[in-house]
Amino acid sequence: MRKALLRAAFRIFVGLLLLSGPGIRAQESHAEQTGTGEAAAHKQHGQEIDAGEIVAHHTSDSHDYVVEIPFLLHKTIHLPVILWTDKGLSIFSSARFKGDNEGKVVVTDDKGNRFVRIHEVIYYADKVKPGEEVSALDFDKRPLDFSFTRNALAILFVFSLLLIVMYYTVRAYRNPKKLPKGIAGFIEPIVLFIRDDVAIPNIGKDKYERFMPYLLTVFFFILFSNLIGLIPFAPFGHNLTGNILITFVLAIFTFILTTINGNKHYWKEIFAPDIPKALWPIMIPIEILSMFTKPFALMVRLFANILAGHTIMISLVALIFIMGTVYVSPVSGLFVIFMSLIEIMVAFIQAYIFTVLSALFIGLAMHEPEEHHAHETAH
Amino acid sequence: MNLTAPESLVFWMTLFFLIFFFLLAKYAWKPILKAVKERERSIEAAVDEAERVKQEMAKLKSDNEKLLQEARAQRDQILKEARELKEQMLQEARAEAEKQRAEELAKTKQILESERQAALKDIHQHVAKLTVEMAEKVLRNQLADKDKQEELIRKNLSELKLN
Repeated sequence: MRKALLRAAFRIFVGLLLLSGPGIRAQESHAEQTGTGEAAAHKQHGQEIDAGEIVAHHTSDSHDYVVEIPFLLHKTIHLPVILWTDKGLSIFSSARFKGDNEGKVVVTDDKGNRFVRIHEVIYYADKVKPGEEVSALDFDKRPLDFSFTRNALAILFVFSLLLIVMYYTVRAYRNPKKLPKGIAGFIEPIVLFIRDDVAIPNIGKDKYERFMPYLLTVFFFILFSNLIGLIPFAPFGHNLTGNILITFVLAIFTFILTTINGNKHYWKEIFAPDIPKALWPIMIPIEILSMFTKPFALMVRLFANILAGHTIMISLVALIFIMGTVYVSPVSGLFVIFMSLIEIMVAFIQAYIFTVLSALFIGLAMHEPEEHHAHETAH
Repeated sequence: MNLTAPESLVFWMTLFFLIFFFLLAKYAWKPILKAVKERERSIEAAVDEAERVKQEMAKLKSDNEKLLQEARAQRDQILKEARELKEQMLQEARAEAEKQRAEELAKTKQILESERQAALKDIHQHVAKLTVEMAEKVLRNQLADKDKQEELIRKNLSELKLN
């Protein structure tokens, strides 16, 4: 049903885009463009704008954090740039790039390194020719970047919020015999749900307790990130779980837990499955591959779902400016409200799916096959 | 999707995740799960207790029922015995009365018999006396005349056949 709705919304969106025809033309004037799609659109009122660019800008990481509350506040916080260069560690404020993302401003640090910034990636100024196409994967052309970026700040913010919420939750348990009130009344059913419907059925009653902290942390981090990403102004509105690097780290943790907890049976299924030996050359590579495809699917599913949500919402707003008429705004507005409601549901569903699949993979790795032995003795 | 320097976010995410994972595990998840478990245990204990009390109540009730039934049976028994006793006593009394009456009757009969015997004796004596007196009177009358004396003697003598 969700898919169908998404597809319908997407179709309408694409249809309208096609109608607008030449309206979607890239306008390379985003050097000074900051903030959400809405704000950017405001500035560009009456001009042709590139929805794709706005979406990309909003959903990707950045050295600058724009604190924006519509009509009240518009301020750019320049976060620190932390680089590991050929000559050692280099730390300076991203303000020194003066908002440049085209490689025009060259920053020289105290060790004599010269840097330029192109599309939020910092390169050695000497190794990039002007106008050259470069990507973040050209590691020989850029220093290692450990900058405390917008998303890093967002991670800290989400976890801090989670910690504060949990502090108030735990406080409600001073008298353990009383039913939880306030915020604990909201958190406890979720915790119980994770325990009774995610951990115990998938991992087993005797082993689940060890994994509860991990499952709960993952679930609440994803849920909080998803929900915070739906609030469109500072200090919220980050696209954390729609960033593949974040989901990559989460999936890696699940992968590590699965691998270190895999029992004899788990490894036997991979390297010596109970099938004719002639099939081993086919099966073993597939099994090894499946070790990695499981967390890979986890990573992509969460990332794609959240990114799609953000993309659709920004695109719906951008539609007003692409069409160039104010009469589209009620349509866009209604669609954004509609999508927001769906995205709230998606926020919970995706957090649940990631957690339940993590529990399932861990449970599968630790699964002891009882019926298998029975089968053998019957022979 | 604009992939900026991947190592940056991976580094910060891993760092923050690990730090907050341990913080949350120690200060949030463990206390919450412990509290929930404790409460569940206390609820379970309370439910068990309630079940036990309920069973005890049922047992007590059935005991009461049994006692009541026993009492009722006993009452019935006592009533039955009393009725039997009454019956028996009545019967005995009746038998006694019958016996007494019979005795009384027998005594009366005896008295009556003896009275009658006495009366009869009296009458016999009286009649005998009267007869003797009468006979005396008749004899005196007949013996007053000498001829008649002699005739009588003769007559009697003729009647007497001396063998």
